[in-house]
Amino acid sequence: MNIIVLIKQVPDTSEIKIDPETNRLMRAGVPSIINPVDKNAIEAAVQYKEEYGGKVVVLSMGPSQAKKALKESLALGADEAYLVTDRLFGGSDTYATSYILSEAIKKIGDFDIIFAGQQAIDGDTGQTGPSTAQHLGISRLTYVVDVSLEGEDTVIVKREVEEGIEVIASKKPLLCTVTKAINKPRYATIKSILAANQAEIGEITAADLGEIDKNKIGLKGSPTRVKKTFTPDISKNGEIIAADTAEEAAEKLVDKLLAKNVL
Amino acid sequence: MNFEEYKNLWVFIETFQGKPKDVGLELLNEGRRLADLTQERLCAVIIGSDVDESVAKVTAYGVDDVYVVKGKEYENYCSDSYGDAMAKLVRKFKPATILIGATHNGRDLGSKVAVTLQTGLTADCTNLDVDQETENVIWERPAFGGNLYAQILCADSRPQMGTVRAGVFKKGEPDDSRTANVIEVDIHTPQELITTKLREFIKGEEPADLKPAEANIVVAGGRGVGSKENFSIIQKLADELDGAAVGASRAAVDAGWVPHFRQVGQTGTTVTPELYIACGISGAIQHQVGMKDSATIVAINKDPDAPIFEIADYGIVGDLFKVVPELTKAIKELKAAK
Ligand SMILES: Cc1cc2nc3c(=O)[nH]c(=O)nc-3n(C[C@H](O)[C@H](O)[C@H](O)COP(=O)(O)OP(=O)(O)OC[C@H]3O[C@@H](n4cnc5c(N)ncnc54)[C@H](O)[C@@H]3O)c2cc1C
Ligand SMILES: Nc1ncnc2c1ncn2[C@@H]1O[C@H](COP(=O)(O)O)[C@@H](O)[C@H]1O
Repeated sequence: MNIIVLIKQVPDTSEIKIDPETNRLMRAGVPSIINPVDKNAIEAAVQYKEEYGGKVVVLSMGPSQAKKALKESLALGADEAYLVTDRLFGGSDTYATSYILSEAIKKIGDFDIIFAGQQAIDGDTGQTGPSTAQHLGISRLTYVVDVSLEGEDTVIVKREVEEGIEVIASKKPLLCTVTKAINKPRYATIKSILAANQAEIGEITAADLGEIDKNKIGLKGSPTRVKKTFTPDISKNGEIIAADTAEEAAEKLVDKLLAKNVL
Repeated sequence: MNFEEYKNLWVFIETFQGKPKDVGLELLNEGRRLADLTQERLCAVIIGSDVDESVAKVTAYGVDDVYVVKGKEYENYCSDSYGDAMAKLVRKFKPATILIGATHNGRDLGSKVAVTLQTGLTADCTNLDVDQETENVIWERPAFGGNLYAQILCADSRPQMGTVRAGVFKKGEPDDSRTANVIEVDIHTPQELITTKLREFIKGEEPADLKPAEANIVVAGGRGVGSKENFSIIQKLADELDGAAVGASRAAVDAGWVPHFRQVGQTGTTVTPELYIACGISGAIQHQVGMKDSATIVAINKDPDAPIFEIADYGIVGDLFKVVPELTKAIKELKAAK
């Protein structure tokens, strides 16, 4: 039975800088990586396979350079990887992306369980995973920190909420979005990296998804639209407190806070 | 889709054990402002088995209508049952806008409802406005770790939905003399639609201390604090200030010096206190996202080029191990003099 993983290739946002002249995002030279928590999703799938059997199939929707991320997923223990790619998919919001992913999953065939990350560091929406489950009409559990099987087809999941941990029983098939707490992703070995580099990454295009509703994909199929983007200038003309000693600095600060009615 | 049919602004009130979470009450306050702009009604939605306390509370915070769905199947949050109830409510009453707190359950519910109703959802918003002409909500949110902000519209479908981070907006003042129109709606979710079942709930340790999001003052420490033991310097300053909580950067949390509930920033909490004192924090963009809207920001850092100084109202370039104890002393003296 298939175990499916959804991964996204993202720019390493800790390396992104804003160009002070143009106030734009400088993406040139910023490395593309597997969305960090998606590595935990891959690891969860590989562990599930090791425990209960099955085949780990990784899907990513994106441009052709995302094949690099898919190859890396093979090195991390996945069995097969496919790139979901087509010009018609460009400009998709989370609604359209999750719809396309759900159609691609149907094409892959039957599955027991799908793993996704809790959220991606570029868009940061956390919507794609659970929305994909909804398009497929299956159960989903978000913020998952543990997964195990009970008997043949009941999955026991631990899920994190602000007040604690929920222990939930779910029927298969289901989709889990995982957090970093679920596991510690393994490292690829030299051997697995070399093997992954040789592997062919299959492509799934719109034409391969015969049933897909063209009105629900790409920019046209996206209910949300970006009106504008900007980098806010939040810098203040603050005051550096000049003082010879720490004591003097502290006293001056207290005076200023008092004058401003903050204390 | 007939746009004319869709009216009013709804706020989903997430509850935990029969009590409404703060984020819902915060959204009522901002929701009122938006509803006034479009001259619509402000409505709260409460789903649960035991709802009386929540209904009373949202009424005191001020709403026009409260939609209530009551049933055994809604005792605990579950995407199947809550999503079903919410979708049925929307189909019946047709709101123009739905605001949901961006908690774990709120994000879960948002995706469920938006896909079911085939409409757009903007996640994790940090600012809201209305385009007066079209009555579209302008949903504003950070992306790329706060390096970029985007304004998003959902112009061609209704309801327009969004989740909003906790702590971004402030609660209003409750008033027990307020009244609201409570509409109990007879909705149930058939058992066969519920595919997941809560077996057990393991309550997390409730922090004895004030959480950063609840405090008027946050004294935060970063990597510069150096160790778990050294955090007592930060704690002592917080102890001297009334209503202050200890916060931290992710570096301090990842190092295991303080628990995660103290983390401020993109992957922690958003805070907007009257006073934020950053000690030994460089001010990475992911940290700034969570605290930049504090009324007054003080930065104490030995590196004059630390980015935190760019957003600080007052900066002290110096060693926190010298400055923070002096500050604690000065405040103690001030209190003694009062
Ligand atoms: C996806 C993602 C999400 C993130 N989410 C968050 C988040 O939610 N919150 C968050 O905070 N970070 C977050 N980060 C991490 C963030 O990028 C920074 O790495 C982190 O905020 C740095 O913490 P810091 O300022 O304590 O440490 P550093 O950047 O190491 O800064 C320490 C500072 O202490 C000063 N210092 C050292 N010794 C002293 C002394 N004796 N006296 C005075 N000053 C001293 C130094 O000059 C330095 O400026 C995230 C990163 C990523 C990639
Ligand atoms: N283009 C994509 N292709 C495959 N999976 C994706 C894609 N976008 C998002 N995901 C998955 O959905 C999760 C949440 O992403 P997001 O909703 O963008 O925060 C990610 O961690 C991935 O597991």
